[in-house]
Order: sequence, then structure tokens, then C-alpha cells
Amino acid sequence: MGQTIAEKIISEHSGKSVLAGELTIVTVDGVMASDTTAPLAIKAFEDMGGERVWDPSKVTFVIDHASPAPNEKIANLHKIMREFAYEKGIRLYDVGEGICHQLMIEKGHVKPGNLILGADSHTCTYGALGAFSTGVGSTDLAGVMLTGKTWMKVPESIKIELTGNIKHGVSAKDLILFLVGKLGIAGANYKSIEFCGEGIAPLSLDSRMTIANMAIEMGAKAGLVSTYGLKLDYSFEHLEPDHDASYEKVFQFDVSQLEPQVSIPHSPDDVRNISEVEGVPVQQAFLGSCTNGRLEDLQEAAKFLKGKTIHPRVRMLIAPASKEVYLKALRDGTVETLTLAGASFLTSGCGPCVGTHLGVPGNEENIISSSNRNFRGRMGNRHSNIYLASPAVVAYSALQGKIADPRYAMEVEPECI
Amino acid sequence: MHLNGIAHVYGDDIDTDRIIPGKYTKTLNLNDLANHVLEDLDPDFRSRLTAGDILVGGSNFGCGSSREQAPLALKAAGVSVVIAKSFARIFYRNAINIGLPLIEIPHHKIKNQDEISVDLESGRVINVTANNEYFGTKMPEVMIHILNAGGLASYLKTNKNYSI
Repeated sequence: MGQTIAEKIISEHSGKSVLAGELTIVTVDGVMASDTTAPLAIKAFEDMGGERVWDPSKVTFVIDHASPAPNEKIANLHKIMREFAYEKGIRLYDVGEGICHQLMIEKGHVKPGNLILGADSHTCTYGALGAFSTGVGSTDLAGVMLTGKTWMKVPESIKIELTGNIKHGVSAKDLILFLVGKLGIAGANYKSIEFCGEGIAPLSLDSRMTIANMAIEMGAKAGLVSTYGLKLDYSFEHLEPDHDASYEKVFQFDVSQLEPQVSIPHSPDDVRNISEVEGVPVQQAFLGSCTNGRLEDLQEAAKFLKGKTIHPRVRMLIAPASKEVYLKALRDGTVETLTLAGASFLTSGCGPCVGTHLGVPGNEENIISSSNRNFRGRMGNRHSNIYLASPAVVAYSALQGKIADPRYAMEVEPECI
Repeated sequence: MHLNGIAHVYGDDIDTDRIIPGKYTKTLNLNDLANHVLEDLDPDFRSRLTAGDILVGGSNFGCGSSREQAPLALKAAGVSVVIAKSFARIFYRNAINIGLPLIEIPHHKIKNQDEISVDLESGRVINVTANNEYFGTKMPEVMIHILNAGGLASYLKTNKNYSI
């Protein structure tokens, strides 16, 4: 019987051929933990009697969620991570290097066909490269640090085929928000999603990461983007499903008429066409996160803000996904454009997305954000409202002081694009 | 193992940010977590909870982050078992790994303050107040072994590796 991509990758790491529903033990290619999850993982590792990490070259720690440390308590958790990493000889990306998922791909720790586990739910981002990657908790991660293995149930797969090409002003973020709205927050629970079709092929790696990143917002175990059309600076083998592979569901969506999408408070699957939410006043705009803090996102925002000043009642915060993204944006003038428009740059990292520090909104304030979650209290204040949208919508809304359709700027001011 | 407690019932899609907000996750002190459990969902939850009580959710309980602090906060606050119509994947695994029992009952009508009795081995749940019973979805054998060992840390400390 034919296999899906998930079944092929898990089989490759199980030493036997497996199909959906089977339980298996897998050998993993790499693991990652952040400052939210690594300290607990270290504690669990010690509780397991762990002394040596199974393979130090395959373990990565990143200090990104509350970085730099906002208080003494968090500073001491960072210290635990640094000391453990030093003692065990594992790689640690420290303050300002960037967001864990960005670094895992940018620094080459993930390759197509790999099986990677990360103690962060957005580990599914590496599906952008055709890797089977999934989020686990700290204790599961500790188990892998000890043994190099874990147990896994082979997931059923859902195929999502996108037909047609998106229009100008519509981006990968709009595609994935649309899909999260269609499938719902538990629509792919326990499943692996395979994204394919002509709507995917022209997308950049940055855009593919945006799509894979939000697979978890449908509950998916992994989100695998077809590697056709993907350009990397090394050659790799395209993995494709067998023609007789078994899918639990197959969806086909024509995205050629899609308009910009916005998730309204307080769930990522409460998605509307922008025409339904235009005019909602915003007090904070956030550009960043593992969903949309990459170079193409910053460049997109700069197109709308070049030579302009953001609305006087809006503060705009930008956290580049990595130091490398920041440097590239610095060198090509993007950082200057955005700063002159009034935006503030934060340390590369998760920034305000997780509500731990930096950019906590006030009561009853509305935030337009390029991040992935708008659960109540997500950014640190349960009395605020988070709207999720693409970098273009974030930037154009910051300019207007209200949620605004970026396509309007394209129609009336084509020279700014 | 039998557990008896009063049910605290909430709806669908209780996400990890509402179980324990991100701003409180940066600690290794379990009491710090317990002090803020479910705070953004129900600020009075902690004051109404008696150790041994049972948390009951609708579908997709625990969606969102991989943060293990979510089940740890519930356990540290004294929740003895979580019953839900369905669980989000990472939360389900995390709870078993830290030794917090879960029972999935796809269709339940448990009401707030109902007295509930749970037999963990058989997955049998009796609603003493409403005088009816349910049987929970059976969890994979490997999870039962991990839960019986008291969590993944003690399981791996003894077994040194996984077996299924």
C-alpha cells in the first residue's frame, strides 16, 4: 500500500515500513528547546538520571522567548541553560541571535526529509523544507536528549491542494489564515497536513515557513509543504507521496480570488475577509514572530511605509526573526525606512508574541500582529484584543491607525510599491 | 486507582495560554504555576478548587503551546484528573509524561459541581450526582506504562529506553 510523505519519513526513521495508526519508535535527526521549555527539560533530564546527552551535535538551545532577560528570575533560568549547554557541549544561540525556528533553518540544522522534534509547538515550521517536525513538551524532549529516540503514533494525513495564484497584496499569511479558518482550530488534530498545488510552487522559503508554521493552529502534528518549486543552496531529493497513498481527507481550494484575511479576537480560526473588519482602530502594530518576522516580511512592510509616517496614535514594534534578517534589512535600507516611518526595532527574538516582556498592550487596546496566536491574554494582558494579519496589512494599518486593506494603497499610490 | 472529586466544567478549545499565561511560565517553582492556573479563563478557579477535584473540558482541551507548565500547573494546584471530549495532541502527551491522568469521553454531559468517581485502570467514570456512567477512550499501551510509572522521567530512569 502506498505511503504519504509523513509515512515515508517516519518509516525511514523507524527502520521499518509503517502506516497511519501504527505506533513506532523513531530515531530523530535533531532536537531544539527554547528558554520557555529548556529549563524544565534539563530538570526532567536530571530526574531521568541523565548524565551525557545522546549526541551533543544534534541538540540546539535558543534563548528567544524572553530575551534579553527582563528580570532576575528569568536571568537565572537562562543561566541554567547556558551552564548545561557548556557542560554537555551542546549548541546554544544566545540573546539576540533570533527565534529558534528561524535559526534551525537558517543555520542549516534541518534538511528535507529529516525528523526533528522541538519543545515548542511551532516546530512544525520545518515542514517548509519537507522535514517532518513536530512540537513536544519538555519531558518528551528530555527523553530524546537521553536516548536519541522517542515513540510516535504515525498520523493520518490531510491533503490540501491550492489551485490558482494569489493576487498582489495577498500573501502566504493570507493563505494560511484562510485555511485555519476553513479547517478550524482542531480541524487537523493529531494529523499531518500536506500542502501542495500550483498555489504553493511559486512561493519563497520565507513564505513556505509562514504556511508550515501555522499548521499547529489547526492542531496538526506536522505540516509538510511540497518541495516542488523550493530553491535551496544545496541539492536535495523531493519527497512525494505514492499515487495510492491514503489520505483521511483531501481539500482543494482556488485561491485566485482570495482577499487579505484577518483573525479576530480571541482565536486564530475566527477568520474574516478584511472587508469585514476594515476600520477597527488599532493602537499597536507588531511585525515579527516565527510566522512573519523574516526579510521578505520586513521588506513588504517597508513598501507601504517608505517616506510615510505611521499614525500618531499607533506604536509599531518590529522584532526581526534573526540577527541575519536584521543585518540584511539594515544593509538594504529596510531598517532605515521603517525606523524613519516611526517603528521601533526590538532585539531579534519572539518579542511581544508570547506576552513575557516587551510591548504588553494596555486594557481594551487593539493590536494588529503578524504573529500566529490571538488567544485571550496571549500578549500579556487578557483585557486587550489581538488581530492577526499579513505584514502588508500590519504595515498599512499602522499607517492608517485602523485595520486597512493594503490593496487600496496599491490602487491609489502605485509608486509606493 | 480510584479518584473522587467535584467537577469544574469549562467549554471547548481551552488553550494553554488560558491554562497558564506565558508570562508565568518562566519558573521551576510549581507553586508559582499553581497560583496562576486558569487565571485568564476564570479568576476564581483557584479559590474554589479543593485538592482532588476534577477538571472537565469540552473538545480540544489544551490546544496551543507545547508548554508543559500547563499540565504541571493543574497538577500542582491539586487537580486529580482531567476529563474532556477530546484533547490537543501535545497537551495529552505532556500530561501523561508528568503523571497527570486524562480521560477522553467524546460525549459527556457532566455539569459543574457534579460529584465524579473515576477508575483509572478501566477508564470508567461515574457521575454520582446524575447517576450515570461513561467509559473513556483507551489510551495507547505505552502511555499506560508511562502513567503507571509515575511519568516519563521515572519510566526512563527505570527502563533506560522506550518499548512498545
